[in-house]
Amino acid sequence: MSAAKTLVITLCFSGLLTLSACAGHQQSAIDPTGPQSGQIATLFWFFTFLLTAIFIVVLALALWTLMRRHRGIEQEPLEITHLPSPATETKLARIVTVATIASVIILFILLVSSVVTGKSIADLSTRKNALVIELTGNQWWWQVQYDNPDASRILITANEIHIPVGRPVEILGRSNDVIHSFWVPNLHGKRDLIPSRVTNEWIEADQPGAFRGQCAEFCGLQHAHMSLWVIAEPEAKFDSWFNAQLKPALAPSDPARQRGQQVFLNHECIFCHSIRGTAAAGQVAPDLTHFASRRGIAANTLPNNLGNLGGWIVDPQSVKPGNHMATVALASQDLQPLLEYLEGLQ
Amino acid sequence: MLLASCQREKRDIRPAPTRLAIYGDAARESPLRPGGPIQPQPVATNPYNGSSYDISEGQRLYNWYNCSGCHSQGGGGIGPPLIKTEWIYGGEPENLFDTIVKGRPNGMPSWGGRIPEYQIWQIIAYVRSLNGLQPRSATAGRNDTIQTNPQTIVNRTQGATK
Repeated sequence: MSAAKTLVITLCFSGLLTLSACAGHQQSAIDPTGPQSGQIATLFWFFTFLLTAIFIVVLALALWTLMRRHRGIEQEPLEITHLPSPATETKLARIVTVATIASVIILFILLVSSVVTGKSIADLSTRKNALVIELTGNQWWWQVQYDNPDASRILITANEIHIPVGRPVEILGRSNDVIHSFWVPNLHGKRDLIPSRVTNEWIEADQPGAFRGQCAEFCGLQHAHMSLWVIAEPEAKFDSWFNAQLKPALAPSDPARQRGQQVFLNHECIFCHSIRGTAAAGQVAPDLTHFASRRGIAANTLPNNLGNLGGWIVDPQSVKPGNHMATVALASQDLQPLLEYLEGLQ
Repeated sequence: MLLASCQREKRDIRPAPTRLAIYGDAARESPLRPGGPIQPQPVATNPYNGSSYDISEGQRLYNWYNCSGCHSQGGGGIGPPLIKTEWIYGGEPENLFDTIVKGRPNGMPSWGGRIPEYQIWQIIAYVRSLNGLQPRSATAGRNDTIQTNPQTIVNRTQGATK
């Protein structure tokens, strides 16, 4: 009995420890930073504690049944036709009835709490002054487009979503190839991005911070390297970021970067990438206008710095095998100016 | 069955970005051009012939680089069709390579140095598959766009050669 108890307690504690290890991270559903994820986390803990309690009670009853005094082995076995006494029969019927009713009530409570949570999560969509972001999944990166009634204020960027704190954001999900799934656990649950249709999800951040998201639907070779950052900032900071991103890229002033720009414009780069303010207007790869302001490269596979970028450009297939970045023949003296040009695109 | 399954198609997933010394001269046309028939002497062969992975990559690139903008899905539009038996500048892979790299009069731009060489070969593999010139084992059972097979290829260039 005591051994069994120890086992049960150990199991419970190790389970809780595993869960608590997730808290405080930038990608965790039980470390909520928005109203939706908050409610989802509350529901999760309610389910977890209630069901853990039921699990313990059931196990305890099962153990009690096994351990209680039974008839001695030397006694005659009961006849097959043996029937319990009417008193025992009534007692058993009562126990089964009570257990059934309790199960139904508990299941009903779980159902109601789940539906109520679902409804209140959806309520965010009735709020005004929302920011609308079109998020397009590609193998294997995210295109982010900030919609605006004023066409000159539509912003296209990639793999990084900046949002103002305390303002609802509607994510319109699309896909250019296969089904992807947008999942930023700190903010909300998953939403699939499906080719040739638009899905939507409302998110909101309560507090500033950087929250990591990940494609949550297997989408091919580099599914695991398809992540994005959601960066929640106070409204003023968000506005200044947005206005800076709207500007075209500054023309380089020093000779090395000017040469880098020429390298960019005279190679295959411009067929897929665009840099506003130059002739590069490719539409099938991430926009690089303010490339250096982003945290990562290759859909946040690597931190964005000169060394990583060099490795990525010279041999993209070693960093992310199977990705659609072309391997470009680049003369050795062209690489450094190109890197300096790109890393200066603030 | 088990033994057969071992023979898996090799994907050239990490192609060398080198540019051939013969870049832009994959086929030497007859010195008698213009005038006489083209008798290309191949200098290069398509490394991706018969590779289903590269054919499907070619299909993606065909749209990425907007070949479809002029040639539509092979049926032609602003540019000539690509499903045909008689090609103005030759229909062998090496001719197609030259056509893509050098460009041709009346609208075909020169893509040399703009599209990596290995991707040009992938696009060629795809265009050849449209004409039923790739093994059936390497092409899709059902095309996404125009359904073609060697029996139904008709010479669409007649009257539309531009």
